[in-house]
Amino acid sequence: MQSITDRDLGTPRPKTTRTVTVEIDHRTVEVPEGSTVMHAAAANGIAVPKLCATDSLEPFGSCRLCLVEIEGRRGYPASCTTPVEAGMKVRTQSERLADLRRGVMELYISDHPLDCLTCPANGHCELQDMAGAVGLRDVRYGYEGVHHLDAETDASNPYFAFDPSKCIVCSRCVRACEETQGTFALTVDGRGFASTIAAGMNEPFMDSECVSCGACVQACPTSTLMEKSVYAHGQPDRTVTTTCAYCGVGCSFKAEVKGTQVVRMVPNKDGQANHGHSCVKGRFAYGYASHPDRITQPLVRASIDDPWKEVSWDDAIAHAASEFKRIRDRYGRNALGGITSSRCTNEEAYLVQKLVRAGFGNNNVDTCARVCHSPTGYGLKTTLGTSAGTQAFDSVEEADVVMIIGANPTDGHPVFASQMKRRLRAGARLIIVDPRVIDLVRTPHVQADHHLQLRPGTNVAVINGLAHVIVTEGLTDDAFANERCDPDEYAEWKAFVSHEKYSPRNVERMTGVRAETLRRAARLYAKGPNSAIYYGLGVTEHSQGSTMVIGMANLAMATGNIGREGVGVSPLRGQNNVQGSCDMGSFPHELSGYRHLSDGETRRLFQQDWGVEIDPEPGLRIPNMFDAALDGSFKGMYIQGEDFVQSDPNTQHIEAAMRAMECVIVQDLFLNETAKFAHVFFPGATFLEKDGTFTNAERRIQRVRKIMPPAAGMADWEVTQAFSNAMGYPMRYAHPSEIMDEIARLTPTFRGVSFETIDRLGSVQWPCNDAMPEGTPTMHVGGFVRGKGKFVVTEYVETDERSSRRFPLLLTTGRVLAQYNVGAQTRRTPNREWHDEDILEIHPHDAEQRGIADGGLVSLASRVGDTVLKARVTERIQPGVVYTTFHHPLCGTNVVTTENSDWATNCPEYKVTAVEVAPVTRLSEWQEQYRDFTRKQEDLLRERASVRT
Amino acid sequence: MTARVFVPRDSGALAMGAESVAAAIRDEAGRRGEPVDVVRTGSRGMYWLEPLVEVDAGGSRAAYGPVAASDVASLFDAGFLAGGAHALGHGPVEAIPYFANQERVTFARVGIVDPWSLDDYLDTGGFKGLANALSMGGAEIVDTVTESGLRGRGGAAFPTGIKWKTALDAPSDVKYVVANADEGDSGTFSDRMVMEGDPFMLIEGMIIAGLAIDAREGYIYLRSEYPHAHETLRRAIATAYDHAYLGDDILGSGRAFHLDVRLGAGAYICGEETALLESLEGKRGMIRPRPPLPAVSGLWGRPTILNNVITLASAPLIFEKGAAYYKDYGMGRSRGTLPFQVSGNIRRGGLVEKAFGLTLGDLLYDFGGGSRTGRPIRAVQVGGPLGAYIPESQFDTPLDYEAFSGIRAMLGHGGAVAFDDTVDMAAMARFAMDFCAEESCGKCTPCRIGSTRGVEVIDRIRADADRSGNLRLLGDLTDLMLYGSLCGLGGLIPYPVVSALKHFPEDFGAEDVKELNLPF
Ligand SMILES: Cc1cc2nc3c(=O)[nH]c(=O)nc-3n(C[C@H](O)[C@H](O)[C@H](O)COP(=O)(O)O)c2cc1C
Ligand code: SF4
Ligand code: SF4
Ligand code: SF4
Ligand code: SF4
Ligand code: FES
Repeated sequence: MQSITDRDLGTPRPKTTRTVTVEIDHRTVEVPEGSTVMHAAAANGIAVPKLCATDSLEPFGSCRLCLVEIEGRRGYPASCTTPVEAGMKVRTQSERLADLRRGVMELYISDHPLDCLTCPANGHCELQDMAGAVGLRDVRYGYEGVHHLDAETDASNPYFAFDPSKCIVCSRCVRACEETQGTFALTVDGRGFASTIAAGMNEPFMDSECVSCGACVQACPTSTLMEKSVYAHGQPDRTVTTTCAYCGVGCSFKAEVKGTQVVRMVPNKDGQANHGHSCVKGRFAYGYASHPDRITQPLVRASIDDPWKEVSWDDAIAHAASEFKRIRDRYGRNALGGITSSRCTNEEAYLVQKLVRAGFGNNNVDTCARVCHSPTGYGLKTTLGTSAGTQAFDSVEEADVVMIIGANPTDGHPVFASQMKRRLRAGARLIIVDPRVIDLVRTPHVQADHHLQLRPGTNVAVINGLAHVIVTEGLTDDAFANERCDPDEYAEWKAFVSHEKYSPRNVERMTGVRAETLRRAARLYAKGPNSAIYYGLGVTEHSQGSTMVIGMANLAMATGNIGREGVGVSPLRGQNNVQGSCDMGSFPHELSGYRHLSDGETRRLFQQDWGVEIDPEPGLRIPNMFDAALDGSFKGMYIQGEDFVQSDPNTQHIEAAMRAMECVIVQDLFLNETAKFAHVFFPGATFLEKDGTFTNAERRIQRVRKIMPPAAGMADWEVTQAFSNAMGYPMRYAHPSEIMDEIARLTPTFRGVSFETIDRLGSVQWPCNDAMPEGTPTMHVGGFVRGKGKFVVTEYVETDERSSRRFPLLLTTGRVLAQYNVGAQTRRTPNREWHDEDILEIHPHDAEQRGIADGGLVSLASRVGDTVLKARVTERIQPGVVYTTFHHPLCGTNVVTTENSDWATNCPEYKVTAVEVAPVTRLSEWQEQYRDFTRKQEDLLRERASVRT
Repeated sequence: MTARVFVPRDSGALAMGAESVAAAIRDEAGRRGEPVDVVRTGSRGMYWLEPLVEVDAGGSRAAYGPVAASDVASLFDAGFLAGGAHALGHGPVEAIPYFANQERVTFARVGIVDPWSLDDYLDTGGFKGLANALSMGGAEIVDTVTESGLRGRGGAAFPTGIKWKTALDAPSDVKYVVANADEGDSGTFSDRMVMEGDPFMLIEGMIIAGLAIDAREGYIYLRSEYPHAHETLRRAIATAYDHAYLGDDILGSGRAFHLDVRLGAGAYICGEETALLESLEGKRGMIRPRPPLPAVSGLWGRPTILNNVITLASAPLIFEKGAAYYKDYGMGRSRGTLPFQVSGNIRRGGLVEKAFGLTLGDLLYDFGGGSRTGRPIRAVQVGGPLGAYIPESQFDTPLDYEAFSGIRAMLGHGGAVAFDDTVDMAAMARFAMDFCAEESCGKCTPCRIGSTRGVEVIDRIRADADRSGNLRLLGDLTDLMLYGSLCGLGGLIPYPVVSALKHFPEDFGAEDVKELNLPF
């Protein structure tokens, strides 16, 4: 069922600005050309009865409830499938129509249980509404005929139930799975009266291809597909519009609430990033917010071997401040630092960096983007002038060729993947550059034209190879490049890529990608006319991550694929607010809006506003902080919502650094892996418990709205503010909107942003200022932000991390749909049912050589560490390469990954680690230690004493 | 001199043993040392005489039938190779009244030529229409079709010229031509007879349709139960490619047309044009809402001419002899001829091609010879399983589209199934509803649930359970199905049901038809 506050216009709004005039029920109305009669009527407040139509799906015409009379036409056309024509005269109500509609409802109800009062849809059911609307009073067919009333409920999915006895076979679910989600998991089984809805090969939902996106549940007009939470809580009574706190797609949701109880999360049809769609995480996996593991009292302890003490907020903050002051006095101000969270709001990230710069008096602030998209910021800023993607998601609807590099959208950015698949089904061509056979290589009704299955670590060789073909075959857009970019640099770049070193034949040797495939892909990309690059961590998390970002920007500039809809270079950014935390000045060298500390003008602006001196010297990056901790110069760290003990490479190195510090403050929802090394724990608030904004991968700033009070009494921004005050740097914000006002005041690209602007527009994409008061969907239109686009030559340098005799395989890592990154949240939801451990994928050939069986335990060892996990033998992965995820701490993927990193930004080289795999029978030593340590830390938490004053 | 003997390979004749007759003739000829050339043809459509063996006898063909393999020796004995007299002999085929009284316009070659022989086709005027069409522009071709008055023979009788014009005017660089050869109506076989007896005519018609709208690809969607038609089409298409009637350069004109046969999904509903297109695209045969019309957005969303086999097969003649020639046949707005197919309880079942305008009674009695059982014919279902049951009182209705709609009946694909006076029309109404319930694609509510409920309601009427209430309900239900269904299956099934009730109320125990709230 859709949201209780949704208005359904029956069929999608046509994409046109032209209108026609028609007469409906004696009213003359002007409606968009190509509207259906139903849409035209509904948009003008005339509701035609309907059941199979809903405005998120193409018209279908099956229920026959929406029949109308049209002057000059025979019979009773269905208003949902009949387009308006100028001058058309429509009647939506007449005695004849009433009879026909009542007849339809009479048939429906002759095969429908009469248990409305105990039905979970009671109070919000379209079938019920229609029976009421047509005035059904009698079902003369009786109930002795054949029926489906005994059909059994499928409750296999943890989040929704399928009760076929309530099904009216309107196919909205089937169409939602096809059109909205693009998974094609549902079909109509059987014909005629025997038609039923079937998942997969008529199997339980959980055994089918269903990815639990919930689109079918939202589309269902009855209780047939219904959230189990509605079974449990009943219908909600209000909605609050907010933004998903999981990934960088930034889906807008209507949280449907009763009191402060979230009954369900319904994707917002007006959401500009998601247009009413969602994935299993945002839609269903919010149960972590009320999980018993939530810590709701501040905790302190002197050493990590001591039990925790539960203290009041005042005590916790006073204690933390006194520790930090002590460290500052003893070791100097540079011994302190802070980490902003990409999971928290913009306002909260901003406050943490402000606290570090103004309160700690240094620039030792960094954020988790260090380990994911820092090369994006560097590469795109260097070439184009902005540290962000160039497009809105909707731009893909204009793309003719989509090139996906090192990203797995169906798992990582599922809602955007659905939008992309829709475009691909409509005919756009697809190139995939990935070492692994990701789902998009072949999925129902979508197939990649070319899959460049390269060896991990060879991205730059591939991009240079593509450029070589395009340049040497004369497929560039020289007019564009010479006008928009520096012609000398362009010429230099052309000469560089034309070198024989990057000929397809040589690239084949370097990368394993067949020369002919490379050639064809290059030609396809160059031909366009609109070619768009989408990329993910498979680009950035390499020793040449920044080089590769630059390489893609070069290619887009050289072919004129930038500066309009349908083209561009778009990072699929990971976390809900990783774009935002970067925008907020979370990096040690930059103030908000990516302005370098060395820029005196900018520094002065902040100094004036903040009333402090700002150190012009960049501070420490995360890996430098660890190194400094190990050499004894870095002692205190304030970590807002990040779990780098699990997420960052070379776990053992990080653990040692953590132990070397004197005061580690972790602010989080759960006692995560990092918090096990902490001395102070500030309980965090979920996105349901506070106000603020998130910025998604397309620079879209959206509101997060408070639905319930913070479980621990304070929102994260309030905690930072209190901590700052205790540190002696005063902060006096009454509401996050005031923080945004300050950001806008100090950041040219945010000048027009305010909570009021966002509320008015629904969302806004920065830059938003006097020049672009409603924001900027597409960047670099008519010219690059930096002035002239900059071509930079991108020499391919092989990574140091290469397979050797001892470590003959290459490990690359990724994510799955059901879990989110370190899994702190998703592991505390029924999403575990899809993925409750990390698995190592290995090619049958490599498995056989090593005597590895599908499902067997294997050790995964690199030069820095080893761990043990289960193997899956699969051809998704090429010989010589193995693959796993990093969602579960015990699986210890990052025990194996190394300290290698991007030359420009230190982004770790997660995507390439030389490893060896061997069958084993027991866990690794690290895992045994981890288990003991975890058990001990859990005991210390359990034994916590309350010393509240 | 080698004698030529003609034995049909038509599947109707094969079902009666034509294959063994052909073999017996060859064997017997060999045994007797008489040189015989056995030519396989289509059928003349006189199925009560099949296997009908013909011999070349001095300019005309002498007919013998029905021939069994065991009759062959005696035929040789009687000198049938020279037209000798025999108990099974009927004299010259053309003189058999059933045949002589027809107007074989579209079926002019069927039963006469060897369907696999391109030469036979060319010798009998084949591909002359194409040659003419090649010299015309698309608009001129379409105008010619419009001029001829040809209407769709698949059931709905939609003017073919208008359909082609719609497809011509729809902008697209890719267009298609599709022949509807699903022939699902019970008691119909004219499509099959053409495909088995004169396949080049269909191919030529499709090429002309392709030229009309600049479609370069065509498909024949063939009923899966027609293996012989499939075989014949395959051979004919291969031959047509070999001789450049099909391919990238039709007869050196620079125009292209490619043709392929696709087997149907074996469901009645797949004969409906939009379900057919879905099925051709590899999906479930489900009805698409209209608009858009297939002529605007058909196969793979492209403008598509989708016509019945007979409709397309009528085109070559129109282009060979001119629109006026074709239009000359018929009456009113029903121009040309229609191959009627008579079956059921009838003495002489078969195919009767006549210009529109003869009466139903002429067809049943003059051609069909009355019922097989000798009892009075009580009802005739015309137009397939969705057609109305027509009582004797209306047998004088001319076979003409408009005259039939005037009595709330339809000609459809030209099938007529006769029933004698032992028929229970309530059972026939139930049968119709049940057919709908069985064949319903299940998309729209009136048909999906209504047809099943309809069977239950008729059962209650027949069991005399609240008869008057259920008769009312049946009236309301058929009204809803008629006006509310998405396609012609649910939308036309009220025809047989309501006509049975209206003309034969006594079989339903209904006293006064006027009391009933029938939709017509
Ligand atoms: C339920 C149903 C079944 C049909 N079956 C056939 C069929 O088997 N063959 C056919 O030619 N037309 C059939 N039709 C008609 C087609 O939908 C369509 O009108 C026709 O093929 C168009 O060609 P025409 O204009 O040449 O008649 C059927 C229609 C309905 C509603
Ligand atoms: S939940 Fe999503 S994937 Fe699963 S059946 Fe429904 S629409 Fe399809
Ligand atoms: S499950 Fe719901 S949406 Fe799907 S066909 Fe049944 S009633 Fe319609
Ligand atoms: S996790 Fe990402 S795709 Fe899924 S609902 Fe949240 S924002 Fe949308
Ligand atoms: S009338 Fe019957 S066959 Fe036609 S669309 Fe409706 S359910 Fe399908
Ligand atoms: S809403 Fe139009 S047919 Fe269902």
